Amino acid sequence: MFKAEAEVLKTFVKGGIHPPENKLSDKSAIRDLPLPKSVTIPLSQHLGSPSRPVVEAGESVKTGQLIAKSEGYVSSNIHSSVSGKIAKIDAFIDSSGYKRKAILINVEGDEWIEDIDRDKKLIKEFSLSSDEIIKKITESGIVGLGGATFPTHVKLNIPRGKKTEYLIINGVECEPYLTADHALMLENGEELLVGVSLLKKALKVKRALIGIENNKADAISHIRAIAKGYDGIDVYALRVKYPQGGEKQLIKALLNREVPSGGLPIDVGVVAFNVGTTLAVYEAVQKNKPLFERIVTLTGKSVKEPSNFRVRIGTPISMLIEEAGGLPDDAGKILYGGPMMGKALSDPSIPVTKGCSGITILPESESLRKKTEPCIRCSKCVSVCPMGLEPYLLMGLSQKNLYERLESDKVLDCIECGSCSFICPSNRPLLDYIRLGKTAVSKIIRPTK
Amino acid sequence: MNRLLTISQSPHISGNYSIRKLMLGVIIALVPAFITSLMYYGIGVVIVTAVSVTSCVLFEFVIQKYILKTGVRITDCSAVVTGLLLAFNLPSNTPWWIIVIGSLVAIGIGKMTFGGLGNNPFNPALVGRIFLLISFPTAMTVFPRPAGWDTPYIIPADKLDAFTGATPLSLIKEGIKSGKSIASLLNTEKLDYLDMFLGNIGGSLGEIAAFALLIGCAYLLIRKIITWHIPVSVIGSVFILTGLLWIFSKEGHEIISGALNLNLPVLKFKDASEEIKVFHMADPVFHILTGGLMLGAIFMATDYVTSPMTPRGMIIYGIGIGVIVVLIRVFGSYPEGVAFAILIMNGFVPLINRYIKPKRFG
Repeated sequence: MFKAEAEVLKTFVKGGIHPPENKLSDKSAIRDLPLPKSVTIPLSQHLGSPSRPVVEAGESVKTGQLIAKSEGYVSSNIHSSVSGKIAKIDAFIDSSGYKRKAILINVEGDEWIEDIDRDKKLIKEFSLSSDEIIKKITESGIVGLGGATFPTHVKLNIPRGKKTEYLIINGVECEPYLTADHALMLENGEELLVGVSLLKKALKVKRALIGIENNKADAISHIRAIAKGYDGIDVYALRVKYPQGGEKQLIKALLNREVPSGGLPIDVGVVAFNVGTTLAVYEAVQKNKPLFERIVTLTGKSVKEPSNFRVRIGTPISMLIEEAGGLPDDAGKILYGGPMMGKALSDPSIPVTKGCSGITILPESESLRKKTEPCIRCSKCVSVCPMGLEPYLLMGLSQKNLYERLESDKVLDCIECGSCSFICPSNRPLLDYIRLGKTAVSKIIRPTK
Repeated sequence: MNRLLTISQSPHISGNYSIRKLMLGVIIALVPAFITSLMYYGIGVVIVTAVSVTSCVLFEFVIQKYILKTGVRITDCSAVVTGLLLAFNLPSNTPWWIIVIGSLVAIGIGKMTFGGLGNNPFNPALVGRIFLLISFPTAMTVFPRPAGWDTPYIIPADKLDAFTGATPLSLIKEGIKSGKSIASLLNTEKLDYLDMFLGNIGGSLGEIAAFALLIGCAYLLIRKIITWHIPVSVIGSVFILTGLLWIFSKEGHEIISGALNLNLPVLKFKDASEEIKVFHMADPVFHILTGGLMLGAIFMATDYVTSPMTPRGMIIYGIGIGVIVVLIRVFGSYPEGVAFAILIMNGFVPLINRYIKPKRFG
């Protein structure tokens, strides 16, 4: 703790806020959630095109078996998270609130496919080539587990003409309440570091930087101690500031490089992965275990036991809630994710998917928004915007449907972190309107040379 | 599971901020200046402030409830701040009915005609103040002397000379016009920089004590209600500009002006043989300690609604105010120009917001 405070802590420069951290479950060890009676595995758990089912209703599947194949370049394989019988392939409501295609499996026992090495023993050594590692990651259906769910293998295929200098591992977890990554770093630090080495090999880079916010001092010292055994892996403590876990903000904090507007991290020689993704890479490559479970935080001020669970993909959220002591009497909102960027759910039967790092239950008293007052042009939204945008202006332009000006004022740069809405003394729905503007502009504007 | 859940877009939490809290912060920051003024000017300070605040809130209430019918929102305290700032811009012996007229102009014309809080292009308190300055020039320029806390509000006619006087700025302005040198003026008028810093001078009730205003400024900065950009750029540009003029106005610079063959009024210097073209100029410390500069830079120019949205815009706006203040003070016919300078720059704010963008990420 003291050591971490003595060093000069890095952080990003522009904007940012300090929401109450409320990391209620940071002392909770990861518990395996019991198997549900059935799982609903959506075919669209990643960015890109939905996967194509390769099983049919009535068919029996084993845990880890491929049930849907990647459909196109930006897409991902999906594996069964349980063993049992496919009940049906139909449209179910998922976290987006829309009905989307998913595979419903009734659980029978827990029989894993034979390829998977279920031994907990750490395997440090690997002799695979870069291409072989990427192949395994592709097959295992790994996507960004920080929440963006971008297929990992796509990021690993570096476009021609681009040079990768650094690998960045994101252990920031700046979202209030959530502790899944924190728990993972404490319990699976060894595996994580092997995962980092695998990704380094896959990308052929010499240096990896792990960024962790300073409110996780135990994780910083733990990962630092392990990293000593590895060449070219450095752990950095970062000054706590939201949204530091944003990819662009983290790259700025660690390397002082700014990803250009509309660009990707690779444009500044960086590829970044979340710690959860990195652990999944370890399991896929070293243990042949495809991505069918993940760590999920179930938290909230009135939740009896805020906990970190290891959850099979497709498990209904209601099961996590029951396991953490049941839905609190004053629950007003169930969030898929944390309070800054999470989605409000209409129904707790919605399944956990690959991108779900936590479920936050807000009490009724915090569920409703405060009354909107007129804009007093205090410019606080401008000063907290991590992308250097003018949220008050974008909201006004969006209300007036001035799409050209929305675009020239860089509405598409918005990362939807919500800092502007958080800070606004008049409680104006800034991000709501900016989102509308973003959607409208991205539908209209086509890339031109 | 038959509980109704709330659905809304992220973010689902918001900070503990409100307009009311920001306004209360400004009110707290004005307290040191208020108390200092009370010590020097007496009960008139309380009366002027009370009349101003009450009438501003009342006018806002009446207009919102009966004319605009938009719903009453006086609890956001913005009218209280307007009332306070208007009072701070008035002499402490201003008759009550003049204050009421000023409040009506400030709230009615300055704020409500544009649609109320957030929509007014010009600082309402300054609109009220300038209206009064033009309409009642005598009442607005005869300032009580800092005679102590027991000074009466209504000064008896026979004691008017004993209890009232001019501000340091107007003393200097008149003195320069009549050809006196700054040093002799400071001496005969007993103008001491420490007095100016502590507020022991004539002036509007809220503008006199630089130290009290600076305490308020520190509070506003610590609470993050304002940023440093506007106060520093206003005061800094006045200091630098008056400093340059002051240096050039000293004897011995005719060589430079002669060599450069400049024909600027600034550079017409004292000639040993004739006494006419003397350019007298008070030093920069005098200029930042006197008049409404501190009050204006810290509390009036930083008004959220009428100031720019980006740091760079704020600095441009602040420098603009500083330049206009110096132009009016040094070359204009009014001794003081902070109110005019802020109102003029208020008019440029939409333009500044349109063209001065924050530095984008990436």
